[in-house]
Amino acid sequence: MMLKITINGKPHSFPEPATLSGILSHLGIDPARVAIEHNGTILLQKAFPATPVSAGDQLEIVQFVGGG
Amino acid sequence: MQIWINEQRHDVPPDASLFGVRDQFRPQADVMIVNGFPETADLPLTENDRVVLIRRGETPSAEEFDALLTARHTPGVHERLKHACVGIAGAGGLGSPIAAALARSGIGKLVVADYDVVEPSNLNRQMYFIDQIGLPKVKALAATLARINPGVAVVTHIVRLTRDNIATLFAEVDVMVEALDDARAKAMLTETFMSHFPGKPLVAASGVAGAGSANTIVTRRTIGNLYLVGDGETAAAPGTGLMAPRVGVAAHHQANAVVQLLLGDVPA
Repeated sequence: MMLKITINGKPHSFPEPATLSGILSHLGIDPARVAIEHNGTILLQKAFPATPVSAGDQLEIVQFVGGG
Repeated sequence: MQIWINEQRHDVPPDASLFGVRDQFRPQADVMIVNGFPETADLPLTENDRVVLIRRGETPSAEEFDALLTARHTPGVHERLKHACVGIAGAGGLGSPIAAALARSGIGKLVVADYDVVEPSNLNRQMYFIDQIGLPKVKALAATLARINPGVAVVTHIVRLTRDNIATLFAEVDVMVEALDDARAKAMLTETFMSHFPGKPLVAASGVAGAGSANTIVTRRTIGNLYLVGDGETAAAPGTGLMAPRVGVAAHHQANAVVQLLLGDVPA
């Protein structure tokens, strides 16, 4: 089964079951360089591995790059 | 008739002259400016003239500072900014010009945290001077801000920001600014501040390096109360250094977003 979710307003599909960490890894995103809102809730980085992602979920992923 | 003297309205006799006004209001003034032009000779004044009387080297009083910021920014704006507290995480290429812009804007209180000292390599973009090399950045910055606007209360913390100290250090701020360098530190500050203070705005930056177009640096609202400034992708890297103009554009986007938020506007 493929899991259909929305990331930053765009549709994505992943193999089920999925966690937030698994999705980040699939996308090649470093979990230490993002801030994430999952269905309207801001998540702490330490919660990513244990956060299940279900069909229809909305993820907003803000990525940070270095420099300042 | 009424004229403006050092940004404040005063009643003076209809035949008032520049020297007469100087002698009455600031007898030791050695610089006189009338309607924007420096004058050395006496001249008659007319209704609504704007006279600035300066004694070289003298710091304006707190009341005079208040009056000039009120005149520049309008009373409503000045009142709001004067009673605001803004937190700044990082006093480098973003944080130091942000602090300077906010001090010039008359923000009442700034809380600035950075563990670093001023290095020669910082001078290509950061708001520091040759004679400040080796000083803790927040101490050097506080000294510079006091030279810009002594009415701003500046609280400094020489500390490395962690998940454990952010909520305590910035508990009283109305608006928070992320002005760190490292991507992981930016993400850590963001999640920590947003989880402790979900109702408070946070203005962060990502993608400010290089000498590419300044027009790709934008302010946008992202998740929750997080406003993000930058092009979102240009990381500091070999060949794409951090330079004063583009980092400065981003810093002033951030400072402007802070002012907008304090005035009740939505930045973007």
